[in-house]
Amino acid sequence: MATANTATHSATAHDHHDHEHHDNFITKYIFTTDHKMIGKQFLITGMLWAFIGGLLSVIFRLQLGFPDMNLEWLRPLLGGWITPDGALDPEFYLALVTMHGTIMVFFVLTAGLSGTFSNFLIPLQIGARDMASGFMNMLSYWFFFVSSVIMFISLFIETGPASGGWVVYPPLSALEQAMPGSGLGMTLWLIAMTFFIASSLLGGINYITTVINLRTKGMSFSRLPLTIWAFFLTAIIGLLSFPVLFSAALLLVFDRSFGTSFYLSDIYIGNEALPNTGGSPVLYQHLFWFLGHPEVYIVLLPALGITSEIIATNSRKPIFGYKAMVISMLGITILSFVVWAHHMFVSGMNPFLGSIFMFLTLIIAIPSAVKVFNYLTTLWRGNLIFTPGMLFSIGLVSFFISGGLTGIFLGNSAIDIQLHDTYFVVAHFHLVMGSASFFGLMAGVYHWFPKMFGRMMDARLGYIHFWLTFIGVYLVFFPMHYIGIAGFPRRYYSWTGFEFSNMYTDLNMFVSVAAIITFAAQFIFVFNFFYSMYRGRVASLNPWRSTTLEWTTPLHPGHGNWPGEIPTVYRWPYDYSKPGAKEDFIPQTVPLSATPESNLPHEQELVKLEKEIMADEETELVANEAKQV
Amino acid sequence: MEEKFAYIEGAEQPIAMHPKKFALWLFIVSVVMIFASLTSAYIVRQAEGNWLEFELPSIFWYSSIVIVVSSLTLHFAYLAAKKDELSKLKVGMIVTSILGVVFLIMQWYSWVALVDREVFFVGNPAGSFLYVFTGLHAIHLISGVIFLIIVLISSFGYKVHSRNMNAMEMCVTYWHFLGGLWLYLFMFLLLNH
Repeated sequence: MATANTATHSATAHDHHDHEHHDNFITKYIFTTDHKMIGKQFLITGMLWAFIGGLLSVIFRLQLGFPDMNLEWLRPLLGGWITPDGALDPEFYLALVTMHGTIMVFFVLTAGLSGTFSNFLIPLQIGARDMASGFMNMLSYWFFFVSSVIMFISLFIETGPASGGWVVYPPLSALEQAMPGSGLGMTLWLIAMTFFIASSLLGGINYITTVINLRTKGMSFSRLPLTIWAFFLTAIIGLLSFPVLFSAALLLVFDRSFGTSFYLSDIYIGNEALPNTGGSPVLYQHLFWFLGHPEVYIVLLPALGITSEIIATNSRKPIFGYKAMVISMLGITILSFVVWAHHMFVSGMNPFLGSIFMFLTLIIAIPSAVKVFNYLTTLWRGNLIFTPGMLFSIGLVSFFISGGLTGIFLGNSAIDIQLHDTYFVVAHFHLVMGSASFFGLMAGVYHWFPKMFGRMMDARLGYIHFWLTFIGVYLVFFPMHYIGIAGFPRRYYSWTGFEFSNMYTDLNMFVSVAAIITFAAQFIFVFNFFYSMYRGRVASLNPWRSTTLEWTTPLHPGHGNWPGEIPTVYRWPYDYSKPGAKEDFIPQTVPLSATPESNLPHEQELVKLEKEIMADEETELVANEAKQV
Repeated sequence: MEEKFAYIEGAEQPIAMHPKKFALWLFIVSVVMIFASLTSAYIVRQAEGNWLEFELPSIFWYSSIVIVVSSLTLHFAYLAAKKDELSKLKVGMIVTSILGVVFLIMQWYSWVALVDREVFFVGNPAGSFLYVFTGLHAIHLISGVIFLIIVLISSFGYKVHSRNMNAMEMCVTYWHFLGGLWLYLFMFLLLNH
């Protein structure tokens, strides 16, 4: 069946190409309005950023793991940031952690993950020709690109990039005198983030509009793949929270450049009082975390959606509890907006308010646990196929559990007094948000690579990449829990200066070595990615034997995705291993009337209705063709 | 092929709303979030004390009337376009655009009035917030006036009529929203200053 289809499909695809492709290099690869190419642009840019972000972390891990090491050999790269006696400049250490956070959270796991897969998959999986507005979509990428360029330039200026932590709390970020990075570096940070917010909003508006307005016939919300649900809810979170970051940044700009006092009050520098009075730094924290916490779910939800899809496909089983999955994602979406103050338990907030936010925070454990439970029950007794994408998805579930458990401790306002801003927090969010989302990204790339480039990635290299990364991540972040419980604060330049922490030198060296190996392992992926793009085995049309719509397109779908009519959808996307069916999967495009052997009683009743609709369509189609002739 | 595309896309939309209109509503949501966050910040900051008390410029009352009237004239233009009374449409659009510009000028004079009573942008956050609210709203209103002028120009080219209402309807939605947003801000300031 597959081979016959391939032949006819590719024939029509070529016809299609001849008619349609008047694109030159610039309109096809650079200023493209094709959602698939824009998705790839986001992916490649995101990968570049991931390497920059990872490299920064390796540099500061060198400092933390080997404090006495002579870093003179880094001088060609870092220049004046290496002090004359061969150590890392402490100011630059702060810049490194700040930029590592900013890059990873926004540029890699927001733009690189959501930007890539929302763009690539939404039209393909809901059966649309393209996004609602291809032009806005193009703008979204190019705003992101401008933002990237500005942020990249800020790495190379003389006073260094922003250094006040990725949260850029004032007064540190508001006063140029506070630290070198708060000068031009911070200004560039704010400009870059403004472009980034505009990019996210343009993208998000497009995703929501497309999902609501451009679904193909039969694609009701209850038949959407969970990936689309996840991207849809992610876009809603972004739409509601990024404007708040804009407000926070706007007031910060006024404080920095115009002398207002929204966040500044009673500050003395060198025994001289600044003129600013009446501001409140906690106000910034409220505004920032109103974005900052939903941002966690902007990063995580797409990864969870991708995982749902890949686990169901490779377990050859319907996803367990489709509705429960959707409801828990909805629950997470809503709850993500009412928990922001758990980042501020020790900011001097009213303890009663702290208790309320603690309660709301702990409620998030319920939908999260429902999701984990459903992943595990989908895997349970499935015919598991361990593709690299599947392994990365299972890895995500593992991190989601081990990192999520520590969230219960941190969400507790009393325990947080000890753990706040220690390495325990670092370990927690790197597992549950950083690594989990990164694994979702990787799973997505391995799984949809055949659709993106028409070729398969090498599975063996994928396995090596997976095991090195999976074990590496645990080796890096697990020990950090102990250092954190001992009370060591994050963002400190050195361990050795304190009596209680200088015994952790070995542990830190271990963590640093593990981090360097994990980072190095990513080059296997990069090689695999670019090599397979040109030399990989040519993929079949539906290599994972999946049910969703993207696998009904030609191998290299043109702009418009389907050469003929858009397929109609007759069933939900998780008909795997349906009892009685001939194959272990039934694509969404197969009508119920074609599968009487596997229909359930209630579906058999739908067959009649379906036939009526199809008859109507037939007449419409004939009329349409007559009109065209 | 192109023709076929158009047919398919037109026929297969499960929801009647035009995608661009829907996108405009989503844009409005993001603007609402900006002002909701700023007004919340105002309340949070006000609760902490050290708050400058001053009277709002009375010109706000008049500018509010202007913006309400501009919404009415735009509605008049909208009804005219629906009935294909194109000369009425043009008059309505011109009057609305002029009222929009008048509103902006009045907002400028409200800043002059604020400076006269020694409330400056740089100083106590009570005043700074007021400038941010009015300034940010004015920037959005400028975009609204540009939108009005675009529709005005296309109405002179006979491109706005009962069978081509998309741009007009979006313009109406956006303008009413901006008017409502100002009334919200003004009422918020009346209640909380």
